[in-house]
Amino acid sequence: MSAPAAQLRLMSRVSLPALAAASFLLVTTALVLVFFVAPNDADQGFSQRIFYFHVSIAFTAYACFIGGAWKALVHLWKRDPRADLESYVGVHQGVIFGALVLLTGSIWAKISWGHWWLWSENQLVLFLVLFLFYCAYFMLRFSLDDGPQRANLCAVYALFGVILIPVSFLAIRLAQKFIHPVVFTRHGPNFHGWILVTYCVAQIAMLVLAYTLYRVELAGKRLDLRLRELRRVYA
Amino acid sequence: MNYAADVRALARKDLLLELRARDTLPAMLLFVVAVFVVFHFALPAHSSSLAARGLLWVAIVFTALLGLGRAFVPEREQRTLDALVLAPADRSAIWVAKTIATLAFLAAAEVVALPLFALFFHGLDGATIGAFALADVGICAVGTFVGAMAVATRARDLLLPLLFLPLAIPIVIGGVGASVVAAPARYLAFLALYDLLFAFVCWAAFEYVVAE
Repeated sequence: MSAPAAQLRLMSRVSLPALAAASFLLVTTALVLVFFVAPNDADQGFSQRIFYFHVSIAFTAYACFIGGAWKALVHLWKRDPRADLESYVGVHQGVIFGALVLLTGSIWAKISWGHWWLWSENQLVLFLVLFLFYCAYFMLRFSLDDGPQRANLCAVYALFGVILIPVSFLAIRLAQKFIHPVVFTRHGPNFHGWILVTYCVAQIAMLVLAYTLYRVELAGKRLDLRLRELRRVYA
Repeated sequence: MNYAADVRALARKDLLLELRARDTLPAMLLFVVAVFVVFHFALPAHSSSLAARGLLWVAIVFTALLGLGRAFVPEREQRTLDALVLAPADRSAIWVAKTIATLAFLAAAEVVALPLFALFFHGLDGATIGAFALADVGICAVGTFVGAMAVATRARDLLLPLLFLPLAIPIVIGGVGASVVAAPARYLAFLALYDLLFAFVCWAAFEYVVAE
């Protein structure tokens, strides 16, 4: 067994209650750091604190999409029977976190610039495109009967997603040039001291939370499948 | 038979079928003209030529969708898709041939639509026509691929626009960019990159769409 695979096996052996406790602890720590420890932004004041969640949730959503695509690749490549469900759950978590990115981004836009939606915010527009794309993934999945074909089609579409991320990013960057000649320049926050610590803790908290949710959903879905199988046997 | 001969035979079959049945192309032509008329009334007087160019891209993408929706439906209805998959040829040849056929229909529709646009609204420059040539490849490559996915589902044609439009957003951005800016090279390069990337992925992954 290769090293990353062994690592993954080890990760899935961490018990769910332990994971839940870890994510609770981490999220609480992140909340405390964000609201009580991190200094106010000199330019935007208190409202800038949403940045710690917005950015870390966005990164987590990408991680979920990439994880889902990786499982899709495993399905197509190695025909691992568990990979299809794992890919679906990964994408599902990605969509949930993606919706949160849209929500937090929109709140940030309202506070900073007075509009709930800004087409000049590249990340927000990209997440809208991805959100539409992955909603179509669910339409595709729910429009197919359970079986190898559904697994294959969903896997291929999930793989398209990770190609679409950089392509769309590039396209949206290009679109700025003719749709919004004036780009908001926001001097990036200086990453030092408590700001860096707070961001890192928030980031780890979100990743662990996403992984916990992934495991919970996976366990539920597997139980559901087994129950359905048992019912079929008894009927 | 080698790969090129397979592709040629399959593409010839689709083109011949269209030539005899005349299902798709007249519908696409009628649709694009109707859309232009709708646009004329949707655009207020004195709106800029840039707005009209943007709408031209919308018209072409939707016209393409109309053709793409038909690409795999007859195969499914006549149950010939199974036969194609069982044929002793590389499965990706089916995708290449279908892409060529839909590309031919879309190009034929544009040969009528683009001069008509110039007549009804504003003239077109070389960059716009080049952008359409590049975008057509991407639209047909990706559209044929998701079209094959959509016919396998219960929802059929309903699903195709939902699957296709998020993937087509980069094409529209590149195309509209090339049509409206003074230096379009960057946008044309982006369209070419999109074509190469997605054509390769579709070609490599088509096997999984049709085979179980």
